[in-house]
Amino acid sequence: MIKAMIRELEEIESAQRTAQGAEFAQLAARRDALLHQLSDLTPEQKVLMARYPRRPKISQYVDALFTDFFEQRGDRQCREDRSILGGIALFHGRPVTVLGHRKGGNIEENLACNFGMPGPEGYRKALRLMKQAEKFGRPVISFIDTPGAYPGMEAEERGQGEAIARNLAEMSRLRVPVISIVTGEGSSGGALALGLADRILMLENAYYSVVTPEGCASILWKDPKKRDEACMALKLTAQDLLGFGVIDGIVPEAVGGAQRDTQALFARLDREIAQALDALEGKDADTLVRERYAKYRRIGLA
Amino acid sequence: MTVTCPACGRETAQAVWHAHLCVCPACGSHQPIAARARLTALCDEGTLAEMNADLVGGDPLDFPGYAKKLAAQREKTGMQEAVMTATGRIDGHPAVLAVLDAQFFMGSMGTGAGEKITRAIEYARDAQLPLIMFSASGGARMQEGFFSLMQMAKTSAAVADFSDKGGLYISVLTHPTTGGVTASFASLGDIMLAEPNALIGFAGPRVIEQTIGQRLPEGFQRSEFQQEHGFIDQIVPRAQMRTVLSRLLRLHEGGVKRT
Ligand SMILES: [Zn+2]
Repeated sequence: MIKAMIRELEEIESAQRTAQGAEFAQLAARRDALLHQLSDLTPEQKVLMARYPRRPKISQYVDALFTDFFEQRGDRQCREDRSILGGIALFHGRPVTVLGHRKGGNIEENLACNFGMPGPEGYRKALRLMKQAEKFGRPVISFIDTPGAYPGMEAEERGQGEAIARNLAEMSRLRVPVISIVTGEGSSGGALALGLADRILMLENAYYSVVTPEGCASILWKDPKKRDEACMALKLTAQDLLGFGVIDGIVPEAVGGAQRDTQALFARLDREIAQALDALEGKDADTLVRERYAKYRRIGLA
Repeated sequence: MTVTCPACGRETAQAVWHAHLCVCPACGSHQPIAARARLTALCDEGTLAEMNADLVGGDPLDFPGYAKKLAAQREKTGMQEAVMTATGRIDGHPAVLAVLDAQFFMGSMGTGAGEKITRAIEYARDAQLPLIMFSASGGARMQEGFFSLMQMAKTSAAVADFSDKGGLYISVLTHPTTGGVTASFASLGDIMLAEPNALIGFAGPRVIEQTIGQRLPEGFQRSEFQQEHGFIDQIVPRAQMRTVLSRLLRLHEGGVKRT
């Protein structure tokens, strides 16, 4: 299992700090073997990596990539949904609206943010922030990491489907640049509801899919344990999707996962976002909206 | 030849059943009706003209078993895709119509259905015609993975663009409308209608029950529930659908979009 491998790698690296001579060499050999295994992951292993609890979370991206973040809470109708974080910040001195799914690093945090599974209020908050970004001419940068929209009673009572649909419709004609980065799990409409963008980037071990692999396996083969087959069949890795030409770029991660070298990750991401913004900000709003429409219009055209 | 009503178990002569548009004459339950039968009943005689009849989606992921399953669905239903699109007149009012048919692959939206729906919306936009779409769908078609997920974005963007240009879109939700179809074009109508007792929601009832660990109350996510919670303008029995649509089309005639 991928988790055990990463844990062993971390233990070895910590042991290496005090080890000497033959013991150090032995540890180094084992470390190299692990790194080798971790450098060539199957789709299922990538999915597990995308869910790895210590992977960077949205608050870390916000801290590392932006300054002066001002969090905005609430949908102005019903409640504050903590499974989506959003607000205004500066990117290299330029105001932007930042938002994304919020997952926790442990069980308490995850209970507070509902494991990154928003209800309609979360999507409506996101929409409120995006419309405000449009009003003030701020680009929108969204970070996607969710197992999906929350399938609960209240979410249905308050129109989960309508909230997602509304975001898709509004994002498609937002008159400011939208950049979306899938950092971990990009699962189903719950992910897409923050992701209709001019540029779609994915981290090397992120996945993006119409359904979770477990959901696919249990619906199609009545067996959630066939996750491995579903991961293969769904072609959900960043590499698959770049190959299809349906995403715009892949942000490399350290061997063993994004959490192993966050500095390098953030530096690379900073360059990617800056580049995308440069390219998009030169376009007038009509061109931006027309090109975004065309981007999605061609997906699936036989 | 008779039809047995799945709701009340009573038998009805096939001709009577179809004359009632697959609504049980005994108990009034609305049973699935084929897309073509629905359109034929709805449109003025001789005005129905199907669009993009031969357009079909592909197998973009080369998904195991999908091509075979698709072929079997086509064989079984005589349909090429889960949606039929057309132009026609209702009481003399011209409109573009799209009807999802849950009998084909559970009405799921893959690239074929997404493309047909988008073309219908764009046709309505360019011809400046009202758009009426009937949904019945289990959601996105899993076997087309990311590509089917993106049909939600594509169809929603098309509706938004159509709306910006002043087009009238009437969305009619029929049993069942769930998943990615609910979370895209089906929820974006200027006017939202539903047939009685249709299951309408994003998550399916079984998934919700598994998540919350309890049974859902009677009527949860049904049309009446959706109307109660503010997502439906009116519930319209199938027998009255033509009259109501005709009235809505008439009410929107002569409107001018302010720009
Ligand atoms: Zn009956």
